[in-house]
Amino acid sequence: MIDNNSQRIRLEGVSKTWGNVPAVDQASFEVMRGEFVILLGPSGCGKSTTLRMIAGLERVSSGRIHIGERDVTTLPPGDRGISMVFQSYALFPHLSVADNIVFGLRSRKVPKPERRERLDKVARLVGLETYLDRKPAQLSGGQRQRVALARAIISEHPICLMDEPLSNLDARLRGEMRREIKALQKRLGMTVIYVTHDQVEAMSMGDRVILMQDGRLVQDGTPGDLYNRPATAFAASFIGSPAMNLVPLVDSRDGAIIDGELRCAIAPHEAAGCQLGIRPEDIHVQSATAPGVPAEVLDEEYLGADTIVRLRVGAQELRARLPGVTSLGSQTACRLQWIPAAAHFFATEDGRRVDLQGYDFAAACGRDLQQNEARTSTAHYGTNPPGVNP
Amino acid sequence: MVIQTSDRRLQVYGALLLLPAAVLLGTFAYLPTVATLINSLFLPGFRGAPPEFVGLENYALLIEDRTFWKVARNNLLYALGTIPTAIALALGMALFVNGRLPGRGLVRMAYFTPTVLPMIAAANIWMFFYAPQIGLFNTLLGTLGITGPNWLGDPSVALTSVIVMTVWKEAGFFMIFYLAALQSIPPELEEAADLEGTSRWSFFWRVTFPLLMPTTLFVLINALINAVRVVDHLFILTKGGPNNATNLLLYYVYENAFSFFDRTYAATITVVILLVLAVVATIKFRVLDPRTHYQ
Repeated sequence: MIDNNSQRIRLEGVSKTWGNVPAVDQASFEVMRGEFVILLGPSGCGKSTTLRMIAGLERVSSGRIHIGERDVTTLPPGDRGISMVFQSYALFPHLSVADNIVFGLRSRKVPKPERRERLDKVARLVGLETYLDRKPAQLSGGQRQRVALARAIISEHPICLMDEPLSNLDARLRGEMRREIKALQKRLGMTVIYVTHDQVEAMSMGDRVILMQDGRLVQDGTPGDLYNRPATAFAASFIGSPAMNLVPLVDSRDGAIIDGELRCAIAPHEAAGCQLGIRPEDIHVQSATAPGVPAEVLDEEYLGADTIVRLRVGAQELRARLPGVTSLGSQTACRLQWIPAAAHFFATEDGRRVDLQGYDFAAACGRDLQQNEARTSTAHYGTNPPGVNP
Repeated sequence: MVIQTSDRRLQVYGALLLLPAAVLLGTFAYLPTVATLINSLFLPGFRGAPPEFVGLENYALLIEDRTFWKVARNNLLYALGTIPTAIALALGMALFVNGRLPGRGLVRMAYFTPTVLPMIAAANIWMFFYAPQIGLFNTLLGTLGITGPNWLGDPSVALTSVIVMTVWKEAGFFMIFYLAALQSIPPELEEAADLEGTSRWSFFWRVTFPLLMPTTLFVLINALINAVRVVDHLFILTKGGPNNATNLLLYYVYENAFSFFDRTYAATITVVILLVLAVVATIKFRVLDPRTHYQ
């Protein structure tokens, strides 16, 4: 029914200002046909505004929006071929489930027999067959969510926008609906732009995640990219639970060290003044006699599958995630290790990622200062992990 | 046994909680109603003689009273003239001031002003509008070269004039209720409808209007009661004249009781008014309530 291009959404330098306050600043991205794209960010970052501009519910201050070959920047919402699921579901409280679902078809003057046929199909798809006569007030949160979904699906618009559709559900239902929405999207080949502040939803559902902060795009990539190569310190701190550790690095004789921990250089001199980012799950806690960054255990938090350990390194605090029950007991001194690839570096001023490689200090650190001295002289631009060099 | 006593104590407790309201209602609403009902079965005693019990004679008299029927007809026309117009106008104004427009607060206040004015004051203003020679309307019409009618003096125009004034007075009041109801409708509903290309007109009839039904019902009942209850303006504008052309039921009751000193006849009319109001209100609730969606 629709050629491939008609489902492609393209934003070119789209901005929105409220008075003088910019809500969205020069957002440009493209969403391909059948893609599930997540707009992720903390509240107030402009993700909902971006979505509402795509829907046509919010006027664009500058920039263009294209859907397929059409420039839809000034088109009214109804002419854009878009359906939307609202956070509050936006169900009509006085209409039955069936009437809610076919509301749009009636607006578009779809003949009655076809309406009924499509209603039957969609109701089966979302499992609402037995609830069609009820009013929204007689449904549970999850069922209302399904009605909202059904209303979006029945329109057969190729593009569906979702504005935090799961935030009003309890945790268990949310997990279920996540899978269901994803499965529906795949099955129907819909193009979905999905707004959320929940990183779990973003990571588990998105083919691509666009992270926003203060109205700007921070990173646009696959969930794996976001996790493995965060583009900024903000991206690093936003994804992952607990968040990535971010600690300032200062210069020392041997290289950059964690502020306050003089004994172990962990990165080349260039990294000094940057922030070190290290994921809690990448930190290995070793005994005090092992090589690595000397640390002190502050406390432990047992979470079932794993344990979060709070550690002091120099003047800084780090959190490590250890599998299972990891009781370090009364032993407070320990050493931390991580592989060089796990260390991320971010510029302090703008938080941008700095491409450096950390030392592989696990082998040598804190043992022999002579060795360290010899080693630092060979370190160049972090391309060569000096720790393993003889 | 123990359960029974505690149950009874609870009942007494509940009854005591209801007592203050019950006493007030009884003294000022139900007792007068019953007294009126009883009064309507008597003829007034003259020169100190006790009232004479006559059964339904007053009611028989009422049925033959041509003035009563004329007044009743006036009141029906008055209700039909004021209620739908005032409600439609109120809804229109509410929709208008609920939208985005500059100086919205000012417009809202302007619409509400007539409601704040006492009926007597409003009637005095309109007296000036309607005055045959020097009145605002006729002066305006005069500049166009049209000789305006005698708005309040001509029996064929007078009732309409009174109706227009009442609509002006009431619409602002009802607008406030509609405005409150409109603001409780979540804006996403309109957005969801917009995305489906629903026209404004269609959205109004399929969503807004049904969601406003509880308010409409409330306003409808109030407007009906007002149509019978509020007659202050008649004292200023027409005193029911000319030739009872603008006389309304309650004003007729007043005339009977305090001008003609026929208080039992006044009581009879009152009973009839009460009955009619009760019947109409019941019908309205029966017909409209099941179709009304309450949130």
